[in-house]
Amino acid sequence: MATTINLTLRVWRQEGPNDPGRFETYPAPGISEDMSFLEMLDVVNERLNAQGSEPFTFDHDCREGICGTCSLMIDGKAHGPQQGTATCQLHMRKFTDGQTVTIEPWRAASFPVVRDLMVDRSAFDRIVESGGFISAPTGAARDANNTLVPKPVSDAAMDAAACIGCGACVAACPNGAAQLFTSAKVAHLNVLPQGQPERYSRVIAMVDTMEELFGSCTNHGECQEACPKSISVDFIALMNRDYRRALRKNPRLLSQRD
Amino acid sequence: MDPLLDPKVPSGPIEDRWSDYKFHAKLVNPSNRRKYEVIVVGSGLAGASAAATLGELGYKVKVFTFHDSPRRAHSIAAQGGINGAKNYRGDGDSVYRLFYDTVKGGDYRSRESNVYRLAEVSGDIIDQCAAQGVPFAREYGGLLDNRSFGGAQVARTFYARGQTGQQLLLGAYQALARQIGLGNVTLYSRIELLDVVVVDGTCAGIVTRDLVTGQIESHSAHATVLATGGYSNVFYLSTNAMACNVTAAWRAHRRGALFANPCFTQIHPTCIPASDEFQSKLTLMSESLRNDGRIWVPKEAGDKRAPGQIPEAERDYYLERKYPSFGNLVPRDVASRNAKTLMDKGHGVGPLENGVYLDFSEAINRLGKKVIEERYGNLFEMYERITGEDPYTQPMRIYPAVHYTMGGLWVDYELQTTVPGLFALGEANFSDHGANRLGASALMQGLADGYFVLPSTITNYLVPQLGKAPVPTTHDAFRAAEIEVNERYRHYLDIKGTRSVDYFHRELGKIMWDYCGMERTREGLEKALAEIPGLYAEFQKDLRVLGDGESVNQSLEKAGRVDDFFQLAMLMCRDALERNESCGGHFRGEFQTDEGEAQRDDEHYAHVSAWEWSGDPLAPALHIEPLEFEYVKLTQRSYK
Repeated sequence: MATTINLTLRVWRQEGPNDPGRFETYPAPGISEDMSFLEMLDVVNERLNAQGSEPFTFDHDCREGICGTCSLMIDGKAHGPQQGTATCQLHMRKFTDGQTVTIEPWRAASFPVVRDLMVDRSAFDRIVESGGFISAPTGAARDANNTLVPKPVSDAAMDAAACIGCGACVAACPNGAAQLFTSAKVAHLNVLPQGQPERYSRVIAMVDTMEELFGSCTNHGECQEACPKSISVDFIALMNRDYRRALRKNPRLLSQRD
Repeated sequence: MDPLLDPKVPSGPIEDRWSDYKFHAKLVNPSNRRKYEVIVVGSGLAGASAAATLGELGYKVKVFTFHDSPRRAHSIAAQGGINGAKNYRGDGDSVYRLFYDTVKGGDYRSRESNVYRLAEVSGDIIDQCAAQGVPFAREYGGLLDNRSFGGAQVARTFYARGQTGQQLLLGAYQALARQIGLGNVTLYSRIELLDVVVVDGTCAGIVTRDLVTGQIESHSAHATVLATGGYSNVFYLSTNAMACNVTAAWRAHRRGALFANPCFTQIHPTCIPASDEFQSKLTLMSESLRNDGRIWVPKEAGDKRAPGQIPEAERDYYLERKYPSFGNLVPRDVASRNAKTLMDKGHGVGPLENGVYLDFSEAINRLGKKVIEERYGNLFEMYERITGEDPYTQPMRIYPAVHYTMGGLWVDYELQTTVPGLFALGEANFSDHGANRLGASALMQGLADGYFVLPSTITNYLVPQLGKAPVPTTHDAFRAAEIEVNERYRHYLDIKGTRSVDYFHRELGKIMWDYCGMERTREGLEKALAEIPGLYAEFQKDLRVLGDGESVNQSLEKAGRVDDFFQLAMLMCRDALERNESCGGHFRGEFQTDEGEAQRDDEHYAHVSAWEWSGDPLAPALHIEPLEFEYVKLTQRSYK
């Protein structure tokens, strides 16, 4: 039988977007070190249910670190203490007996709290809808091997495309900026040969939408530290470069700024 | 032929059937397309690709997802790859070979014409995804790379590191996002389907619940498409995401859609073994690992030594020994069953003796750590996080887990269910994998259905409706369905019993795993059919769901899903009991060869079992669609 630890949880409870919210404290004794963090929350919720108290709400789904549904600020860190790990893959062996753990939702004005630990991240979808794609109508594609993609380019695109859209970057940013998320999508598509025709219109549309919905970047770099997929801030540099180039390539855009 | 089950399979040479079908299908004039409304439920590979393509063609599409974003659908978790009959390796692949491998891999329980079409469009899918910017693995010359997968002797699997599902889904999601941005598709997120509405025998639309506000609403359209995935979570522990459920398919079934081959479930051989009773789900390690990993157990039962201390001569590389030509790459059902047999005999490894080794030391010595890291780095990392063990220095422990369900809503060649106007795509239908799905074929089928098949087949249903408006949601049938849904959810809150939803789900899962899992027997299935109704009655009497129905209530959402799992579980056991043979993922202990392989009975069971809802979950009505094999020769599958 695995070792067990005893924890105290401080969990953010908030009935809805308009409720001011508060912390509630719950004891969490007898937690197996082999449990994942979310399984620990399941256990606490089961106990609450058994006592007749309503369980708290948190977002989660695949529990394999890929769907990006889970979130949680754990002791002030997005996705908790382990680098490059989403909350669902964080295991209790990273915690110590007797520890008090504070669990909060993502804190960002662009991600309003829905209930308890669940937030609304649909602003990310708006950014993708504005230009985060390659226009390729079904059936119009040519043979895949007709477009050569150098391996380093394909690898770089994949490094960026690994983003799971969880929002940790925004939650960790003191400005609530979405530069890391947006740049990962821009870079994924902008480095590939297939992405060239829309390269500059894409970056303009996505950056403008991002600026409308989120805070602005001041190069703190907290996003990279918090990212469960360790996506590099270098992509932000790439996005900024493409944005500036886009304005130069089409000066009319400059005169259209408000 | 059963009057309910006309498969509408075209005749003629198999290689011409899909082209002939498309040529004879009715067409909708581009300027008329905006007059048609189509509902798509689900935003995984099948749903997102269908909604994006229909939107792009000009139809008015509404897409529903119960996630916060379409990108969260569980297709995202597929790791290993997607098959495409491109023959880029020049190793003898062809459409015909992919077709043949798939029918054979499915143990001859799928429809030849559907499978051929799947193989035929497989190459187009790769082209489509590459054009969308899916970052498939490349070779140094810039061409696409391939790997091989179980059940095939050619390398036809395209991949994007260990995140192929994620990248393909992002491709489809981005295409969908583009259509949403253009206003061709309307997105409804955090909205769950709770009923299907049928008016005058045809599907009129759906009833949904807003998971944030609890509001029950109706939506109508000319046609409704379900792309809502599979039902592995009936076993409680599976590799599916926590929210995956059968509700959409089950509610459609209750409204008249026949449910086909529910007992065809797939157990994936390479998952991380459970570590304790709190385990909420099982994590899959991609089958691609079997390309370089060697599976073994200690020759001596009960050998407790650490793997490194067991000398070569005392290890049993049982797949290589029993199946020299396919070795570690035998199909999933064969690999899983062999692991179980050895564990039952006491050869299991790890603290709970619930695993077999998957060893990379030979590959690391041969290729170097760097190559292995490049191929499987993220999988190794994931394994390390979950188990605290380093697979570069000690072998992984793996165990079979429920992973995919081949059964699903019965559909004809047009992907239409037995309810006209209601279509089912991807894992939600039963169509292409027979009794066992080959690796890297789920992504292929989801995208084939969504990008290439449905957009061409839905027109035959739509064309005659030109000029007719969808049934208004004020129609009595919608009102009645809304009231029913409201009452059902009200009831879960009103029971005020003592046990949580998870308790019942876990108990149901145990029964299903024990009696309807990797090996089934008449005795066990009868036992399950006796136990499930009792547990179900307890669920209806003793369930405790706290909170209300007017805001986010995850226990309430789950109550509805588990309720449907109970009814499905009874049907699965019934189906498994009725099928007196072993085939693919359905292994009946009574029917095996002397060597312990699945023993089919083609004389009596070369058919699809499609079940009709009768009102009593224990007494469904059986309909039969006979399967004809004109091209593939039925043989005892051999991977030796």
